[in-house]
Amino acid sequence: MPRIEIDELRCKGCALCTIACPKKLIATSEHINNLGYKPAVFEGTEVQCTGCALCAEMCPDVAIKVFK
Amino acid sequence: MQQVFKRPTSLKDVQTHFCPGCHHGTIHRLVAEALDEFGLQKETIGIASIGCSVFLYYYFDIDVIETPHGRAPAVATGVKRARPDRFVFTYQGDGDLAAIGTAEIIHAANRGEHISVIFVNNTTYGMTGGQMAPTTLLGQKTSTSPYGRKPQVEGYPIRMAELLSGLDGVAFSARAAVNSPKNLMDAKKQIRKAFRYQVEGKGFSFVEVLAACPTNWGMNPIEANERVGREMCEFFKLGTFKNTAEL
Ligand SMILES: Cc1ncc(C[n+]2csc(CCOP(=O)(O)OP(=O)(O)O)c2C)c(N)n1
Ligand code: SF4
Ligand code: SF4
Ligand code: SF4
Repeated sequence: MPRIEIDELRCKGCALCTIACPKKLIATSEHINNLGYKPAVFEGTEVQCTGCALCAEMCPDVAIKVFK
Repeated sequence: MQQVFKRPTSLKDVQTHFCPGCHHGTIHRLVAEALDEFGLQKETIGIASIGCSVFLYYYFDIDVIETPHGRAPAVATGVKRARPDRFVFTYQGDGDLAAIGTAEIIHAANRGEHISVIFVNNTTYGMTGGQMAPTTLLGQKTSTSPYGRKPQVEGYPIRMAELLSGLDGVAFSARAAVNSPKNLMDAKKQIRKAFRYQVEGKGFSFVEVLAACPTNWGMNPIEANERVGREMCEFFKLGTFKNTAEL
């Protein structure tokens, strides 16, 4: 099953990944990380993620890894 | 299961100082991916400029020379002529390349130096607090055009990719953007093509990449990203303006 890993410590909460995901599987969380930003979280299931990597492509901080 | 998306090896695994949603981070990654693809990491000399991308040497795992404001194409000329076996690219903002460094870019391009130029156009001077740049759009408010840029007072925004394509020394000139997955994939191809020009000894190559500066535009990252598509792509058309070797 494809899956993504978001590096919470690198994420700046810009939310560009949330609009990039065609399946809308990523959201911005409510808690604050070490940098003071609200990091992105994967909210879908592995069945829903296609591993297309568009979220990772759009991330300016290279904070997303994609496995397939 | 395999990792299908990972950090390019030419890009160090460190936190950047860029603001959230700044496209410099994305463009750094695309350049690093292209270096990896051509196996250029060990033989590249990156030429950094002045602006928010000043820390190129902190973020790329390659040799980098830091140059005075606008002078990157002149330094790149010297480096490439002294070491023609090295891959040499400059990375410059619009304040750097299209304002203080206009003479250097025009003449390096016109001489047809065998270098590649990555030009990041975010319509403002990012690092110094959002002053008007030659690329600032008409009506755009900046800290030095607080009522919006007026052509009678500040002139018109300059289209560098088209302007340079008119010079005989230029082999390749294109404009791309990274505001959507589709545009980003095209940007990858244009950067790769520009690098191929140098790798194959086919002359001077230039890629302008439209970029968001959420902080100085007074927008959040999503709004700034949208502005690139809505306003910038309208005026700064994406495409290839010169491709002499038809790569
Ligand atoms: C000779 C010189 N003049 C002025 C400056 C001040 N300065 C630093 S960065 C900058 C503008 C950078 O803008 P741009 O090239 O658009 O890059 P960005 O920060 O937007 O990426 C200026 C004017 C300087 N460092 N050196
Ligand atoms: S890999 Fe594709 S489907 Fe999976 S979260 Fe990222 S954008 Fe969405
Ligand atoms: S695009 Fe990257 S930095 Fe921005 S919210 Fe998503 S994971 Fe975080
Ligand atoms: S000021 Fe603008 S160009 Fe500079 S890091 Fe922030 S968003 Fe990027």
